[in-house]
Amino acid sequence: MKPERLLIAALLAVAAVLIVLPLFAEKFYVQLFAKNLILAILAMSLDLLIGYAGLVSFGHAAFYGVAGYALALFAPQNHAANFWTSFPLAVGASAVLALAIGFFVLRTHGIYFIMVTLAFAQMLFSLFFDTKIAGGSDGIYIDVRPVARIGDWQPFDLDNFVHVYYLALFFLALVYVLLRTVLRSPFGRVLAGIRVNERRMRSLGYATFRYKLVCFVIAGAIAGVAGYLAAVQFGVVNPEMLGWHLSASVMMMVILGGMGTLLGPALGAAIWMLLELGFQGLPQAGGTDLGKHWQLFMGGFIVLATLFLPRGIAGIAGMLRRPRETPHE
Amino acid sequence: MRPAAQCRRFCFVDFHTFLIQLLNGVQYGLLLFLVSSGLTLVFGIMGVINIAHGSFYMIGAYLAWSLAGALGSFWIALPVGIVLTAAFGFLLEMLLVRKLYARDHLYQVLLTYGLMLVFEETRSILWGDDVRGVQIPQLLSASIALTDTLSYPVYRLWISAVCLLVAALMYWVMQKTRVGMMIRAGVFNREMAQSLGIDMHLLSRMVFAAGITLAGLAGMIAAPTSAVFPGMGNQVLILCFVVIVIGGMGSVKGAMVASLLIGLVDTFGKVVHLEIGGLKLLPELSSMAVYILMAAILLWRPEGIFGRKA
Amino acid sequence: MTKQYFDRREFLKTTAAGAFVAGAGAALPSLAFAQGARIKVGLMLPYTGTFAPLGVAIENGFRLALTESGGKFGGREIEFSKVDDESEPSKATDNVNRLVNRDKVDVVIGTVHSGVAAGMIRVTREAGVLHMIPNAGLSQATGVLCAPNIIRTSFSNWQPGYGMGVALSKRKNVKNVVTIAWRYAAGEESVKGFKDGYLKGGGAIAKELWLPFPNVEFQALLTEIASGKPDAVYAFFAGGGAAKFLKDYAQAGLNKSIPLVGPGFLTDGVLEAVGGAAQGVETSLHYADDLNFKRDKEFRLAYAKTYKLQPDVYAVQGYDTGLLLAAGLKAVNGDVSRKKELIAAMEKITVNSPRGNWHLSKAHNPVQDMYLRKVVGVENKYGGVAVKALDDDPSVMAQCKMG
Repeated sequence: MKPERLLIAALLAVAAVLIVLPLFAEKFYVQLFAKNLILAILAMSLDLLIGYAGLVSFGHAAFYGVAGYALALFAPQNHAANFWTSFPLAVGASAVLALAIGFFVLRTHGIYFIMVTLAFAQMLFSLFFDTKIAGGSDGIYIDVRPVARIGDWQPFDLDNFVHVYYLALFFLALVYVLLRTVLRSPFGRVLAGIRVNERRMRSLGYATFRYKLVCFVIAGAIAGVAGYLAAVQFGVVNPEMLGWHLSASVMMMVILGGMGTLLGPALGAAIWMLLELGFQGLPQAGGTDLGKHWQLFMGGFIVLATLFLPRGIAGIAGMLRRPRETPHE
Repeated sequence: MRPAAQCRRFCFVDFHTFLIQLLNGVQYGLLLFLVSSGLTLVFGIMGVINIAHGSFYMIGAYLAWSLAGALGSFWIALPVGIVLTAAFGFLLEMLLVRKLYARDHLYQVLLTYGLMLVFEETRSILWGDDVRGVQIPQLLSASIALTDTLSYPVYRLWISAVCLLVAALMYWVMQKTRVGMMIRAGVFNREMAQSLGIDMHLLSRMVFAAGITLAGLAGMIAAPTSAVFPGMGNQVLILCFVVIVIGGMGSVKGAMVASLLIGLVDTFGKVVHLEIGGLKLLPELSSMAVYILMAAILLWRPEGIFGRKA
Repeated sequence: MTKQYFDRREFLKTTAAGAFVAGAGAALPSLAFAQGARIKVGLMLPYTGTFAPLGVAIENGFRLALTESGGKFGGREIEFSKVDDESEPSKATDNVNRLVNRDKVDVVIGTVHSGVAAGMIRVTREAGVLHMIPNAGLSQATGVLCAPNIIRTSFSNWQPGYGMGVALSKRKNVKNVVTIAWRYAAGEESVKGFKDGYLKGGGAIAKELWLPFPNVEFQALLTEIASGKPDAVYAFFAGGGAAKFLKDYAQAGLNKSIPLVGPGFLTDGVLEAVGGAAQGVETSLHYADDLNFKRDKEFRLAYAKTYKLQPDVYAVQGYDTGLLLAAGLKAVNGDVSRKKELIAAMEKITVNSPRGNWHLSKAHNPVQDMYLRKVVGVENKYGGVAVKALDDDPSVMAQCKMG
């Protein structure tokens, strides 16, 4: 029982720090952590696809960006939208889009699946980047943030960066609980079976396409939650939120943290952001500004991590203690 | 000939312009074929998806710029660049790519994505981030007058000629030589080819080197007409993926057909006016045209036009 | 999953999480910036990408103004903080946040790309920090999003377009024009300016062609233009894109039969790169390479001596930003915290600039003369005044609700 107690204690400690953070941290850092929490939500949603259903989606950021754009397009120019209507709308938009795209892409498998998810995400990217639907390459701004009012009651103020932080934290916890429940349910078991051997599941009578589609939609909706929060946080939405660079970064977060675990990707998101900040803060060396070229180190790190840490950070333990195969696969 | 102002719906101003746009589209498609053929071959033979493929297009362009500057002549820079790229591809395969064969696609995607970042930033350190230009070689700098207002640069015709030549060369190698036969066998079934005594390791290395050299060559010859800038690899990579999805993985024939289709759709999408029910579709949504084409092909044949069913 | 497997992973996870928290904790305490005697200026400019030469020129101009002022503004020295915005709108808020919230600068200067500036002003408006725009011409900055602390020393995208439009509207033989530009805020506003000026004279816009920014594949659209045979083409591109367009236009033989016009950005800073391809191109801008003002001659000499480069409009804008800031700081004796007086001082003065005299409009945009220029050799030669003392687009100014 002791290791479990240790784990729970550690998790509680982390949770406690996260809860009291805004009380002693500066605005810049509270916002940074909030950004981190939002990315963690996104990473967890991708883990559902990659780690649990075995669907390597390279275009997952599209559902994140679409929710942001839905808010930006839905919100009137000069006064606030209502959180209680705009939030379901944005998440719903992501879910519907996931349904539509999933309908196409889940017909393919393996490498084709990876490529078509990328291509569809690019299509959406080009829709927002090249056309006038929403500000094009400049992105669009949400000048007045949504208001969370029902009648006279306003539970939180989205203009307050501390409230936004807690909202992100709340949703992270909520999404975690939701995913845990879903994955422990019979639905979750079928997904696991599909990941291991889809043909076998089909021969057992399961309509695997439908299960995969539902999973795809759930993941898309959760990504939409993250996208809405991201749009609210800085009040700006741009096509990069749908871009494949973001999709690739989120994939790395999932791998880093350890895919197929729920909190792993959240940890991966934190590590990723730390790495980014760390590399960006590198000093000058021999006339070259190393910090400016932080992506070089990120890229190098990705190459090394995929070569030597296929199980993510959590895999280090496995390699250090005993070089025996973990039963994950 | 109707003046442009009167052209409202799906229409062309005149036959001449149609032909010239056709030429534009084919030229664009041929260049795209040159880049994407390498990617589809590499995947067909080695089962490896290379996200860094677009970087070689970019590296080719920057090589053309720096070598032409250093060596003083575009014509010398070309063969030197080709040799350098091929050697680099050989090395890269030996050191890193071969580790990917046993891994599943997720890791291939991530590792090659990481490589792409490394290449981009190394290029940034070595050659900077500014937009560069390469002078069109004197020999090809003329323009042929096609109409009383429009001339067509000879250089662009030369690019198309080079692409066609390479395509013909590839066809000859694949269909008429022993190496080609081995490649085709490898694409069909890697294990069986290996067990028949074909050295798949060496073959893979050669194919990989050839694949990225094709991309690099495309970058080099395109450099004088398109600007040499940091994001050029990214743009072309996504298009390569679309080519492969439409044409079918591992099929060079498919890559040619798909590239030409994409070149034409993209070019005409930019200039044709299409309105349906008051909704302005073209040219406003021209950049989506290619993806819509891809979606349509996916509905019809998920494995691509010339792809094999999974 | 066996329990042992479970706890190994969790152990490492928690250690990592702990390390993360510790690391974050170390980063938390706010770095107390000693107020000191220096004024912190944050430069957010493109140091890489297609607009890099513009960013460099702006900074050069600003530093020249500082040097000429004895290295001090208002008696205080300047400490610079630089951020490369890469002309990426998606990174704009992150980048400016770094300057405003982390480095806590007193003055933000930036930027070139209108889309990036859009992100910047949203942050600086909220923060109230003084923000001087040395180039980005987006209409919102001195329109619907105007604010006392946002000051522009360059132009609005509409102005040069309007100048060119007015000039063309006076020519009887130019009856229809095709416009071509990048589809982003700057491109759209420039074309609108041109239309506002040109359509008044009875001509027509045959077609409006657009490309996504920063796409430079012009071939299909050049063919389009040739087939339509307009009387003139108005093009908005800048930096590397402008260079390529000029070259492609000449390569397609269009420069022989269809006159090309545009705002000054089409030809500023690129003439060396395009060689003879741009001969005869007419543009409208608030600057030309051979203005006969004494102030301009002095400036050009000093700039060439210091940087071994010929200055362009971007350098002038950077220089004027320095001049204006110097004047404002002088009025408050270098005390940046007296913002209201600082800004009031800037609003009152007439800047004696290399481009001529100009002053800030009520919305904080320069009211200035638009000149007509023609490319001869590698210079934009002055060809008269297109519009005198031009303010901004009236419809945009109406949206500015400032004091």
